[in-house]
Amino acid sequence: MSEIKNIKNLKEFSTSADRFEGANLLCPGCAHSIIVREVLNATNDDLILSASTGCLEVCTAVYPYTSWDASWIHIGFENSSTAVAGAEIMYKALKKKGRLKQPERTPKFVSFAGDGASYDIGFQWISGCMERGHNMMHIVLDNEVYANTGGQRSSSTPIGSSATTSPEGKKSYGEKRNKKDMMAIMAAHGIPYVAQVAPNKWKDMVKKIQHGFAVEGPVFINAVSPCTTEWKFDPKDTMNIADLATDSLVFPLYEIIDGRELNITYRPKNIVPVEEYLAAQGRFKHLFKDEYKYLIKEWQDRVDEKWAYLQRREEARI
Amino acid sequence: MMTKKGWDEFEIGAMLRTFNGKIDDIAGTQQQDRDYSENSSYTASVADWRLIKPIFNKDYCIDCQFCWVYCPDVSIISRDKKLIGVDMDHCKGCGICVEACPTNPKSLLMFPEQADEESEIANWPKKDEKEA
Ligand SMILES: Cc1ncc(C[n+]2csc(CCOP(=O)(O)OP(=O)(O)O)c2C)c(N)n1
Ligand code: SF4
Ligand code: SF4
Ligand code: SF4
Ligand SMILES: [Mg+2]
Repeated sequence: MSEIKNIKNLKEFSTSADRFEGANLLCPGCAHSIIVREVLNATNDDLILSASTGCLEVCTAVYPYTSWDASWIHIGFENSSTAVAGAEIMYKALKKKGRLKQPERTPKFVSFAGDGASYDIGFQWISGCMERGHNMMHIVLDNEVYANTGGQRSSSTPIGSSATTSPEGKKSYGEKRNKKDMMAIMAAHGIPYVAQVAPNKWKDMVKKIQHGFAVEGPVFINAVSPCTTEWKFDPKDTMNIADLATDSLVFPLYEIIDGRELNITYRPKNIVPVEEYLAAQGRFKHLFKDEYKYLIKEWQDRVDEKWAYLQRREEARI
Repeated sequence: MMTKKGWDEFEIGAMLRTFNGKIDDIAGTQQQDRDYSENSSYTASVADWRLIKPIFNKDYCIDCQFCWVYCPDVSIISRDKKLIGVDMDHCKGCGICVEACPTNPKSLLMFPEQADEESEIANWPKKDEKEA
């Protein structure tokens, strides 16, 4: 196994030499690239990367430019995971045959994809990669919408959010279904490591990514990625929204080891009411009309119930 | 200058090389020591996206690096744990770095794109007593 990069504090982290470049075409204030930087800077090892079609892929590979300083493949919407799995299996085969030019190097295999590409369209491909036991990490940049094509709902879009295919209006409060629990689905594959991360908690992120790189076998990471364009907030507030997401427990930070053992990795000192998280984003604005206010209460109840469940799971160690 | 290709002249399955020649230890090589090729977006600029821009005043900076870690566009330049400045070719003017800065007064503030750096630093706001 390769050496784990020593990152004790933010000053030390800031000596990292970025392998992701600016002058990409992501919106000002996009969280996708903040997450990508934290992930890539968590290791000094070589990187074999891919991205599913979506904002990250489209905006970082506008021909004739690339924003990646590592091996990176521009692939289809559904198959960033299998492209990296293919590279990983080839790497293993060459290693076994003694045909690697630099066998001492220990590359890390990572696929990035949006929630549309992971929760919906690439779902069976990811499931296959997890089930086959590839030594790889799949990271979801979860902005809860098909952002790159203009904001259609995905199975990650939460109740009450206004999306272009489930808009709020005279007769509707927007999305009617609750967000799919991908963490539980991925954990059910019995893989060594599943974790939810957020870019505002960089230390928790680095720790989890390093753990994911260190274990043998497939790793699934769900990263909350506040989207200034589709969630409708000012670009300067991306990290403030991420703070509200983690501190209201709408996005609790936890990990599941070997499909069983659940650990909560962040307990906010002051839990923020869910209402504050909703109020900070244009996509939930209509929920504050009198006729929809009951939905805010339901939101809070759902978040409380999930938090209680996670705590029980953690205590039970099952 | 790179020749721009027409829509019908694209190479199918093109491979873009980020660097001229070979870099063996990329994770140990800082941007200024890399030989980027014309295919790297590092050689491009998004400066014309900005309406507002951050100005850095080192007098109050505590080198905490919050601005470095949360900048989406790799535009906060830090070397040897010290903040050096803002990369104005790649900064998109989002303002996240200013939000993240914990000092009082802030060490980074947003100004109109045409603002003059020297005079803004000379007129930097004083410590906000309410906040302190
Ligand atoms: C098979 C296929 N279907 C549809 C598209 C069109 N498409 C491109 S990007 C995109 C949205 C991506 O959404 P998501 O995966 O959530 O990523 P985001 O842009 O939100 O980061 C869609 C629908 C495609 N490229 N390929
Ligand atoms: S639409 Fe959202 S996810 Fe896409 S580039 Fe803009 S901020 Fe990022
Ligand atoms: S304004 Fe945004 S892009 Fe520019 S340096 Fe600050 S965080 Fe980076
Ligand atoms: S956030 Fe402010 S104090 Fe911290 S390094 Fe950046 S400019 Fe300096
Ligand atoms: Mg998305």
